[in-house]
Amino acid sequence: MAEQKFVTFVIERQDGPNEKPYTQEFDVPYRPSLNVVAALMEIQKNPVTRDGKRVAPVVWECNCLEKVCGACMMVINGKACQACCALIDNLKWPIHLAPARTFPVIRDLLIDRTVMFENLKKIQGWINVDGSWKVHEAPRQNPYTAQTCYEISHCMTCGCCLEACPNVGPQSDFMGPAPLAQVLLFNLNPLGKYDKPKRLEAIMQKGGITSCGNSQNCEAVCPKNIKLTRYIAQLNRDVNIQALKNIFNH
Amino acid sequence: MAKVKKHRILIVGGGISGLMAALKVCEAGSEAWIFSYCPFKRSHSLCAQGGMNACMDTKGEHDSIYEHFDDTVYGGDFLADQVAVKGMCEAAPGIVQMFDRMGVPFTRTPEGVLDLRNFGGQKNKRTVFAGSTTGQQLLYALDEQVRKWEAKGMVKTFVFWEFIKMIQNSQGVCRGLVAQNMNSMEIKAFAGDAVILATGGPGQVFGLCTASTICNGSAISAVYQQGARIANPEFIQIHPTAIPGTDKNRLMSEACRGEGGRIWVYKDGKPWYFLEEKYPAYGNLVPRDIASREIYDVCVNQHLGIDGKNQVYLDLSHIPADYLERKLGGILEMYSEFMGQDPRKVPMLIYPSVHYSMGGLWVDRLHHTNIPGLMASGECDYQYHGANRLGANSLLSAAYSGTVVGPEVIRWANTGDRGPELTEAELEAARQECVNEFEGILQMNGNENAHELHQEMGRLMNKYVTIERVNKDLDYCYGEVKKILARWNNIGVTDHGHWANQEAMFVRQLRNMIHYALVVTKAARMRDESRGAHFKREFPKRDDEHFLKITIVDFDPATQEPKVSYADFDHSLIKPRPRDYTAAKKE
Repeated sequence: MAEQKFVTFVIERQDGPNEKPYTQEFDVPYRPSLNVVAALMEIQKNPVTRDGKRVAPVVWECNCLEKVCGACMMVINGKACQACCALIDNLKWPIHLAPARTFPVIRDLLIDRTVMFENLKKIQGWINVDGSWKVHEAPRQNPYTAQTCYEISHCMTCGCCLEACPNVGPQSDFMGPAPLAQVLLFNLNPLGKYDKPKRLEAIMQKGGITSCGNSQNCEAVCPKNIKLTRYIAQLNRDVNIQALKNIFNH
Repeated sequence: MAKVKKHRILIVGGGISGLMAALKVCEAGSEAWIFSYCPFKRSHSLCAQGGMNACMDTKGEHDSIYEHFDDTVYGGDFLADQVAVKGMCEAAPGIVQMFDRMGVPFTRTPEGVLDLRNFGGQKNKRTVFAGSTTGQQLLYALDEQVRKWEAKGMVKTFVFWEFIKMIQNSQGVCRGLVAQNMNSMEIKAFAGDAVILATGGPGQVFGLCTASTICNGSAISAVYQQGARIANPEFIQIHPTAIPGTDKNRLMSEACRGEGGRIWVYKDGKPWYFLEEKYPAYGNLVPRDIASREIYDVCVNQHLGIDGKNQVYLDLSHIPADYLERKLGGILEMYSEFMGQDPRKVPMLIYPSVHYSMGGLWVDRLHHTNIPGLMASGECDYQYHGANRLGANSLLSAAYSGTVVGPEVIRWANTGDRGPELTEAELEAARQECVNEFEGILQMNGNENAHELHQEMGRLMNKYVTIERVNKDLDYCYGEVKKILARWNNIGVTDHGHWANQEAMFVRQLRNMIHYALVVTKAARMRDESRGAHFKREFPKRDDEHFLKITIVDFDPATQEPKVSYADFDHSLIKPRPRDYTAAKKE
């Protein structure tokens, strides 16, 4: 029988929000098509470090393991991505795991992304329907516009784009690329466009679109390949037009 | 106008059904407090890919609501309450309109109306879809609407809180629950006017499955152990096409076949399209139970799996790439990513996997469980799918049951016989009981690892309680699961702390999962017939004389084991007839 190969993981751990980070190394038995979440599950079954110490299992967040829920975002070998589809075979060994420190760390690789959901409230990220009861037939939509909406609507609020953005962090209150793109999503909808001015005004405020430095890191890391820079550019135009309208209407 | 009384409804689960119920509660002027393992956007509803059934009849096929109703009842092998199913099928087109108004980016035709696709067990195009991520898009739309209500102060979210148990008042009416914050580990009792469980399916009881890691059935099992009845738990859907994995089996949507995908293996050196040959009327779009059994038979009994393994081809490579991209983009990307091969060019390798539970908490047509004040909706109830669910009926039943349970819970809160509110002492006693249990878990120092034990149970359940069931194997499996329940007491935890202790929470969930495994196994053992997803070679035929009945499982506190009985149900609208997909359906 062939000798069992092991993959070494160097994991940045932290016992609580205000504790000091430290690293621990784990050896995980290699198998083909192993991904980072599956490797962390192996550590759960046998939480013993490389130097033989039995420790508390590593804490992280995951749900779907299909790259659709957005839960397992972490920094793998320096890059923010979803751990469930980070295949060991495509990564440089040893594999370094760290929490996405743009967000407050709760424990180990588990982070607090509340701010992203709060920003969806700020931008009024919904269609303001009268109710879930029967009101009228939904309007027809241009299938090409619907296609664009479908693309933006893949955003799983994972936070990769915020982690990669140099303008998001403690130094600024920039809401980041993800909620901005959502503004465009709702503005493109035939019912959603009624509230377009409100949403544009929300992102004209401090921490809104003017904080974008156009470094384009977001688009490069987006696991759903959403054309974030293009959409933010579109919003920039919309915001400018809205600002002019505001001047002439007052 | 009389002032609307403001109630507080506790909803457990932030998937499609829970959120739909929450909207109805808020629209009726009451507060919804929603408890969830995760931000709602990450709930398992988002893994539904292919679409949602509704008779839109926009393809010139003269589709009808009756046809949808009949397909669902026939596909479910006549074990679903027909009045309930009829209500769902009638409501379906309206639910699609609602989602459309909420901004779901459905895939559209050149004329700008909603496109429809084929799905299994249905001859007409009846499935609305958003590419191959329909569940994600429907879930997001409801999440957005609920966020609007949250901004208005009508929804209170308890995200990263785990439901532990319900609390009943002195009359036995459910008036609250105990939950635990998954970060601070704080355990708290909550009083409310009623509780709705919308906690999804129990896939993790089988270890490897297509479900998310959070689909552990823990909440259903907890209330079952407190006296809530389970119905039809033995009906576990095995989805024919999943990508086998070692951490999970990833779903490859039925939409692949709906869009023209073909299943085949080599036989005598030539491609053999065995479903098309055996079922000329439905071809690759036979219902899931049948497709899964055929694939199993080809691999396990005929040894024709590709490369001698348990896998067959699901082939899309004959379909133009741009068409595939538009209709199935998301999941094809997933296959490439995980398997390293492009399904636009080479056939995909797939095998059946545990996917969905037709069974769940027993509910009446208004979604009350047998415990007054405790309601259930979505996959965690048993109502709409009988012995086998048709593809694209799950998003429908999740949303529809939410539209039923929401208004009904308000009616119950207004006029139901709910008895007294919980006293402070009752709330505290329930909380303390959960605290003691949790502190006990933190002290566990045995030599079993909870995750290893879970894996062992999953292997047993997958081996003995899935596609083909044999009574002596089920007896063996039941005995082994009982041993696992005993071994649970010998678990050792390495994390004894009170901060984000996922290990201790998992130990608690595992105990509930083991109890649910006993429920499924026992119910499968007792049903000596074959119907829908439940197949026994010893009893290969449907036996309406003895088993045109729903299975009811009660927890027996004395033995700590499940007790199985049977109950009649309403099958008065469509007379049960033999189910045969080799020929076009006769009504």
